[in-house]
Amino acid sequence: MSRLEVKTPGKAQAVVEQLYRNMERRIAASPPGLCPVDMALSFLQLCQAQTCGKCAPCRIGLGQLANMMEEVLDGEPGIGILRRIEHTAQVIADTADCAIGIDAANLVLMGLKGFRDDYEEHILHHRCLGSLRNPVPCVALCPAGVDIPGYIALVNEGRCDDAVRLIRKDNPFPVACAYICEHPCEARCRRNMVDDAVNIRGLKRYAVDHAEDVPQPQPAAPTGRRVAVIGGGPGGLSAAYYLALMGHSVTVYEKQKHLGGMMRYGIPSYRLPRQKLDEEIASILSLGIQVRTGVDVGTDITFEELKRDYDSLYLSIGAQTDKKTGIEGEDSPGVISAVELLRHIGDDELPDFSGQNVAVIGGGNVAMDVTRSAIRLGAAKVTCVYRRRQEDMTAQPEEVEGAIAEGAEILTLQAPLRVEVGEDGRAAALWTQPQIIGEVDTQGRPRPNTASAEPVRIPADVVIVAIGQGIESMGFEQAGVKIQRGGKLMANSSTQLPDMQGVFAGGDCVTGPATVIRAIAAGKAAAANIDEYLGFRHEIHAEVKVPAPRCADPRPRGRVEPTERDAGERKNDFLCIECPMTGEEAAQESSRCLRCDHFGYGNFKGGRIEKW
Amino acid sequence: MVNFTMNGRAMSYPKGTTILEAAQQEGIPIPHLCYLKGINEIAACRMCMVEVEGTDRLLPACNTTVLEGMVIRTNTPKIRLARRTNLRLILSQHKSSCTTCVRSGSCQLQQMAHDLNIHYQPYPVQPERDKVDLTTPIVREASKCIKCMRCVQVCDKIQGMHIWDVAGTGSRTTVDVSYNRLLQNTDCTFCGQCVTHCPTGALTVRDDTLRALNALANPELTTIVQVAPAVRAAWDESVGNGSPLPVGKLVAALKQVGFDYVFDTNFSADLTIMEEGSEFLQRFTRKGKYRWPMFTSCCPGWVSFVKSQYPAYLDHLSTAKSPQQMFGAVAKSYFAEKLGIDPHKVFVVSIMPCSAKKAESELPEMRDACGDRDVDVVLTTREMVRMFRSDGVVPEELEEMPFDSPLGSGTGAAVIFGATGGVMDAALRSAYFLATGENPDPDAFRAVRGTQPWREADFDIPGAGTVRVAVVSGLANTRRLMEAVDSGEVDYDFVEVMACPGGCSGGGGQPIHEGVEMAADRGGRLWQLDAASRIRYSHENPDVQELYQAYLKRPLEEKAHHLLHTEHKI
Repeated sequence: MSRLEVKTPGKAQAVVEQLYRNMERRIAASPPGLCPVDMALSFLQLCQAQTCGKCAPCRIGLGQLANMMEEVLDGEPGIGILRRIEHTAQVIADTADCAIGIDAANLVLMGLKGFRDDYEEHILHHRCLGSLRNPVPCVALCPAGVDIPGYIALVNEGRCDDAVRLIRKDNPFPVACAYICEHPCEARCRRNMVDDAVNIRGLKRYAVDHAEDVPQPQPAAPTGRRVAVIGGGPGGLSAAYYLALMGHSVTVYEKQKHLGGMMRYGIPSYRLPRQKLDEEIASILSLGIQVRTGVDVGTDITFEELKRDYDSLYLSIGAQTDKKTGIEGEDSPGVISAVELLRHIGDDELPDFSGQNVAVIGGGNVAMDVTRSAIRLGAAKVTCVYRRRQEDMTAQPEEVEGAIAEGAEILTLQAPLRVEVGEDGRAAALWTQPQIIGEVDTQGRPRPNTASAEPVRIPADVVIVAIGQGIESMGFEQAGVKIQRGGKLMANSSTQLPDMQGVFAGGDCVTGPATVIRAIAAGKAAAANIDEYLGFRHEIHAEVKVPAPRCADPRPRGRVEPTERDAGERKNDFLCIECPMTGEEAAQESSRCLRCDHFGYGNFKGGRIEKW
Repeated sequence: MVNFTMNGRAMSYPKGTTILEAAQQEGIPIPHLCYLKGINEIAACRMCMVEVEGTDRLLPACNTTVLEGMVIRTNTPKIRLARRTNLRLILSQHKSSCTTCVRSGSCQLQQMAHDLNIHYQPYPVQPERDKVDLTTPIVREASKCIKCMRCVQVCDKIQGMHIWDVAGTGSRTTVDVSYNRLLQNTDCTFCGQCVTHCPTGALTVRDDTLRALNALANPELTTIVQVAPAVRAAWDESVGNGSPLPVGKLVAALKQVGFDYVFDTNFSADLTIMEEGSEFLQRFTRKGKYRWPMFTSCCPGWVSFVKSQYPAYLDHLSTAKSPQQMFGAVAKSYFAEKLGIDPHKVFVVSIMPCSAKKAESELPEMRDACGDRDVDVVLTTREMVRMFRSDGVVPEELEEMPFDSPLGSGTGAAVIFGATGGVMDAALRSAYFLATGENPDPDAFRAVRGTQPWREADFDIPGAGTVRVAVVSGLANTRRLMEAVDSGEVDYDFVEVMACPGGCSGGGGQPIHEGVEMAADRGGRLWQLDAASRIRYSHENPDVQELYQAYLKRPLEEKAHHLLHTEHKI
């Protein structure tokens, strides 16, 4: 026996490590709707296997807790068992010697509080409240419910035109979403259980890049009904699109010079090329939608007039105003809001930041957009200042990494204090207060607290504030629309406004700043409900037959990730950053789809929604 | 066409054909439990697994379509092991109480365990906990459910009632009444289609034979049994070697069991036509006073459907009771009087192709003759055959006997009540007569016959006008028809509805055969009986005429109204 040895993991340990990674992915791919008691029991059994076995409450107690939960699920005991479970778990939490037992018992206690109804249903009625309502994870998580397995199968067969047709059934913006969608669909992709989520957005981009100019379907016979859409962003245009398909006469009112909303005035063209956006909007308008740009409802035309002149209204005004930090010096020249900067860029009015130091305040996607835009506008140095840690940023990690690659500084744990104004009266520097990361809040995010350190001076000729957007709902409030906290328009889940017949609202102006696909989904829902309100029940469907699934190949295989243009080159222009998949990559990636529309629950229930 | 080989044989089938369909056509059996063509192709039981060259995993034959060049094998060592293992796993959650299970002998799971030579079970058997409720005619034993989901699909797709659903998640996933309800609190019509499509004994129709046998054992009771039209077209499928037997042997067997009187529901079917046909003419000749169309009311599944799904249409239903209930009311009034016995001492048993008839006989309003239930107990065709078997009654060996008189006669128009379109056909024959005083050609209305689920036709009745009729069967089809009626898309005067596809022939109380729908064949037998009948018009039934002369007077008049009609109450 040597005195000390170098640790090398054995073969069994290496395999177990692999299994841990598999299980992490598997948990990520959990379908929604599972019985919480059953899941809690499964987690507890994992904890039980982890116990070191030294202290009695953890070694024995976790097993007894599991036994009792098993009895609950079998519907055996009386309601009194819940007290016994609670007492046992509380004692383990109070007396176990380390986190293995304490945390496991807390998990049970959390569940007893959080889903007591489920426990009681099992005990009292031998029934379960859990149920799997939608079996296809990607479709379930896409706000617009796009037929993802369907279009992936079409891409796999090289039928890109049909893929576009199929997507348009639920989302009139296949191109925009192919470039910039946040792809919530990928989060619980069942392929995670095998290796990794399918690159759904990448495949959609392949489809739209390789589709010919796909003409829009023929609209239904004219109904003679008139609908006004206020706000020509993704949500408003989606509503307009489906309403036009249903045969209604639609007019879109847009305050800005051009249509597109945040797709034009928020998302920089290096992510969504302007020409692609213009083509897609032109295609939507080809259905005969009337457009009135540069018209501000409330100033140029009143809400009352619109209500009088149209049979129904859809409000999709978005969240277009900037929020202020409230720090000293914020009104000085040189301090601008992200919204303002991006709006100028959207109208092709590019400011020149050559040789200047730029500080960006914020940690969301918009902060990254302005950071990366500032680099492209020639800034000497761009520093993104954020009061929490990098992993706490709400921006997508690839956006943050992209910004860093292009030369941005990410300065974390710094809370803005004040803007220092130079002798010329313009911004000269941003002062920040260092923070220390603290306790986790109820949402599970750690809070920053003031650190015992001196303020920091960041030289800045330009300070860009990107801490969120607000909703310009004042005018509508005066016209009688009900407004909730934060200026949000009050609309129910069917987009109907309370106490205002025929007026609907959706998108950012109802939810607060969100994503393009959520605005599209709201527009789609509004179109259906407006159609019904007008006394119709038009059906939207795609005349595309989805290929029958071939035997899915579940052998683990890597996910095709999009590559990006060289950072040193791309930071000098506003051209698209992302490189498309090759045909070879698209064929391989599309064959990774497990076709949950067919395999598993899909061929039993909910696998395909052919019309709405 | 797609070219491929199966077990070395070259085959060619149209694109989209499944491996299972091709195998069935080629006479290659592939075992399956959950598969129900067109209804349940969900590959849940994994018994139909086959091997395809070039694929490591086994593939389900039921929903894998054949592809060009496929090399398919259906009996390799890998398949054998997979089928045995999966069947043992299914059996490990099934209460194999075959000796006392009502489906023993017609159970697909039992048959398969036998066929696959499974006589040893390595896994501990842990069936799901049972919560059996005998208050409804449909009974579910969870411990026997193999989660094939057929009941869910049949109720969703064929009947459109969504009574059954998947319940629970994870390994405890099972089938239960949807939305965590109890069956008695749902809109279940008790049609029994879930029962006849269940591969095991998990879903059954409540067995009431003991109640009938207890009545037979009571010397104070006069026992009367009535036999529904559709029973005679199906009962012999599970008697002897399954070849057709004349109804006379059925009568003889029921006599052997000990019933004092064996009567025919055909009698009261003719009576129904007299009442319903007269009612229709009365409404049709005073069109403005009524709401249209008028619907038939002899199917209790359909009547229950109207009550829960389209209550606004209740007064569109004919007020005539069903033949079963008319029979009970007449037996406990007219017939008891004729015999001079206390109607409270008359016990009426029905043999029905139907499970909903059990619920119908229990309705509080079906007590018109003497205050007791007009029909005391309803047995299905299957229960009747089980009663014969347990009594050692061998019908095929018995001499044929005629039905007893006077409630034992029926015309050709009555026997077709058991087939979709039959009630309409019979009603039109007599309505024509009632309106014109002349008989039509008995086959004048053949346009209402057939197997299309929704049929329509127009007929001229001289003096009354053109009657626009429709016939529909299956409740999902019925819902489509009701929506079309409701939206004004279609316009009819008279509509026949049967809850079960194909009518009573395909009823929930009929013998169960795996993988075949027998309704059309059985219906064909009934149409043949009609064609061969001496009398083919309900109004010519001499015993019915006698009943009116001696007792009821005329259709729709006071006594008839009291005994033979009902207010449909929710």
